Amino acid sequence: MTRVLMKGAEAVGEAAIKAGCRHFFGYPITPQNEIPEYMSRRLPQVGGTYVQGESEVASINMLFGCAGAGVRVMTSSSSPGISLMQEGISYIAGAELPVVVINMVRGGPGLGGIQPAQSDYFQATRGGGHGDYYTMVLAPSTVQEAVELVMDAFDLADKYRNPVLVLGDGIIGQMMEPVEFPEREPALVDKPWATTGCKGREPNIVKSLLLDPYELEEHNRKLQQKYERMKREDVRVETVDLDGAEVVLCAYGTTSRVCRTAMERLREKGVKVGLVRPITLFPFPEKTIQSLDPKKVKFILTVEMSLGQMVQDVKLYTEGRIPVHFFGRTGGVVPTPQEVVREVLKRLGKEVEK
Amino acid sequence: MSVPVEVIFKRPEALRDRPTHYCPGCPHGIAHRLVAEALDDLGLRERAVGVAPVGCSVLAYNYFNCDFQEAAHGRAPALATGIKRGRPDTIVFTYQGDGDLASIGMAEIIHAANRGEKITVVFINNAIYGMTGGQMAPTTLVGQKTTTSPYGRDPEQIGWPIRMAELLSTLVAPVYVTRQALYTPQLVRKARKALHTAFRLQAEGKGFTFVELLSSCPTGWGMTPVEALEWGKEKMMAYFPLGEFKKPEAEEGGKK
Amino acid sequence: MTSTSVIFAGFGGQGVLMAGKLLAEAGLLEGKNVAWIPSYGPEMRGGTANCTVVLSDEIVGSPIVPDPDHIVVLNRPSLDKFEPAMKPGGHCVVNSALIDRKVERTDILPTYVEGNTIATEIENPRGLNIVMLGAFVKKSGLVSLDSVKEALHHVFSGAKERFYEGNLKALEKGAEAV
Ligand SMILES: Cc1ncc(C[n+]2csc(CCOP(=O)(O)OP(=O)(O)O)c2C)c(N)n1
Ligand code: SF4
Repeated sequence: MTRVLMKGAEAVGEAAIKAGCRHFFGYPITPQNEIPEYMSRRLPQVGGTYVQGESEVASINMLFGCAGAGVRVMTSSSSPGISLMQEGISYIAGAELPVVVINMVRGGPGLGGIQPAQSDYFQATRGGGHGDYYTMVLAPSTVQEAVELVMDAFDLADKYRNPVLVLGDGIIGQMMEPVEFPEREPALVDKPWATTGCKGREPNIVKSLLLDPYELEEHNRKLQQKYERMKREDVRVETVDLDGAEVVLCAYGTTSRVCRTAMERLREKGVKVGLVRPITLFPFPEKTIQSLDPKKVKFILTVEMSLGQMVQDVKLYTEGRIPVHFFGRTGGVVPTPQEVVREVLKRLGKEVEK
Repeated sequence: MSVPVEVIFKRPEALRDRPTHYCPGCPHGIAHRLVAEALDDLGLRERAVGVAPVGCSVLAYNYFNCDFQEAAHGRAPALATGIKRGRPDTIVFTYQGDGDLASIGMAEIIHAANRGEKITVVFINNAIYGMTGGQMAPTTLVGQKTTTSPYGRDPEQIGWPIRMAELLSTLVAPVYVTRQALYTPQLVRKARKALHTAFRLQAEGKGFTFVELLSSCPTGWGMTPVEALEWGKEKMMAYFPLGEFKKPEAEEGGKK
Repeated sequence: MTSTSVIFAGFGGQGVLMAGKLLAEAGLLEGKNVAWIPSYGPEMRGGTANCTVVLSDEIVGSPIVPDPDHIVVLNRPSLDKFEPAMKPGGHCVVNSALIDRKVERTDILPTYVEGNTIATEIENPRGLNIVMLGAFVKKSGLVSLDSVKEALHHVFSGAKERFYEGNLKALEKGAEAV
């Protein structure tokens, strides 16, 4: 297949269709409207169904029902809408259903703005709603990777019977880059638990209510085992030039690209710099962080479009062995490579040019 | 401009002297002016608290010269309830689009109306989501193409356009429910009268008042402002009849 | 060339997003890595619009470029905004039919194109963006004119086929003008 130039949002929609998703429920919000718009156009062409819900609350509950019926299903939204979906996501995690949720993050809190941000990291990686649960979180940094991760998201959701969140931002959604769609058949699995009508079997019940505390505790332990399994089997991370690095940048999604450009300039200045780019934010690539050598790495600089969220995880897993610093812009401001370069040089005690 | 701007005499006190961010020919500006004139006429500006929606009029707080709060998408009637209950002396109004009021905020509007909250709701029905770039609204007409109904609204798939004024008038509590339009100077004059009535009834402590204003969205509809007014008059008014659906008995010519 | 960035800027409706997209398509046809990103948000409504195109032999780093290598500006506010931001040594292609001032910086390479006039002459006033693209491509040599022609063919196919000839002409006229 050839590479075609495609907008991130539309590529995400097409990837879902390639992954066998024929059902989409959502509610408009900037900056991701091109996803529902694409789905409203494309799904009818492939025998699928697009429904604009009356709200995000309704849309996520449409996913709840559809996933419970054993059907691949997706929604997409942006920060304020994702907040409204948290109730449903908690129920879906409780009921152990596979769904895919896209969040093209924008600046908050509240109505905030519409420019790209990464300030939903806490919400995404800590479950987001009530109860003791996690969603898997995938963070693409290019349109091509968004395509691959969305396709994988459906498989991972089925594998774990758990919501999978794809965390992008306004840039990933709006940017056009060349993409190539992997030729692969959707790996559809049997869903014997689904509510398809009980002919020839005992009725299936999809629910999250467990009134007996011992039973609910048991259920929660089972959920935790799933999360532990995710940590063993499905952590993804990209590392760049970690060998011999004296400075390690840590960034995901769009900011990792800013860091790549910054790294080129730092290398020209003789700084040995590496990058850790988490691709799964939950499960977090803790081992990669733990394996950094305190004798060689002077410090880690976490770069985010927030005022410091992922940096808490980086600190957690360095366990105080390596100094962890933070640089971020927020509210929809994208850090520039120059700013990152300056921050690194400053931390190294080197001359900083204007 | 060919928009019915017969009302340019002077800026009402309840409006600020500021350029708005609305597209050329967008009736939001006229609707703002009508609300402000009603507040002025009744001497209510200094008691008024507006609630801005999420939609093109999210910045209404910049244009009105009275206290304002900004709500989450669809929740304006709930905020208004809180304001009015907390400060019964204030004159509280929401100003909401069709996505805000009739889609995500359907629960809030129905229940505020059903409780008979003593507030005024100004409902701008332009049959589309203007702010987010022209997606389908609950009031989008059958067959109307939008960015999320690219093949035209299909009632089999997504139901029929919701007639909010009629819907709310089936409730017992509301005292005044009307639908007006902003397509010609004559219609604008009637709309102004309706807003006046609504605010007066609120000031008299009568109960929940609701003024739906049929509007247009040249940008979202992909038309010139003039075409949009024509289309509104022809298509919108055919499906959404104008009239007073509920009115206190004492009101002149009123039926309950 | 490791990585080159171009900003196309003008009024909403002048077609700057399309001009940028064509450059990105042409880069892709030449086997480069490319990224195209528009400004988005209320800015779009009636106001200014711009897009950034990055072409690179390697992975495209940050798609948001505060200091572009080159700019193509179709109106005055865009020149005022982006001229000071440019890296030294780049091309600054100006639609002099609408922009009433000269480039002020001496460390960049100005090119003046009577964009609207040319577009009107060939009876394709909406082809202004393509005229400007033609001028920029000729001047910068960032991609070949043939690649842009191929990209044009690609973008204006099917239902949009009828716009192909007119835009091809606009591209050629733009290139001839500089
Ligand atoms: C929870 C949430 N969901 C979605 C949005 C995005 N959004 C902003 S305005 C809007 C709809 C606007 O349409 P309407 O209410 O009809 O007003 P108009 O812009 O046409 O005046 C939407 C969906 C949001 N801000 N918050
Ligand atoms: S998009 Fe529509 S509703 Fe919004 S300001 Fe423009 S014309 Fe008015």
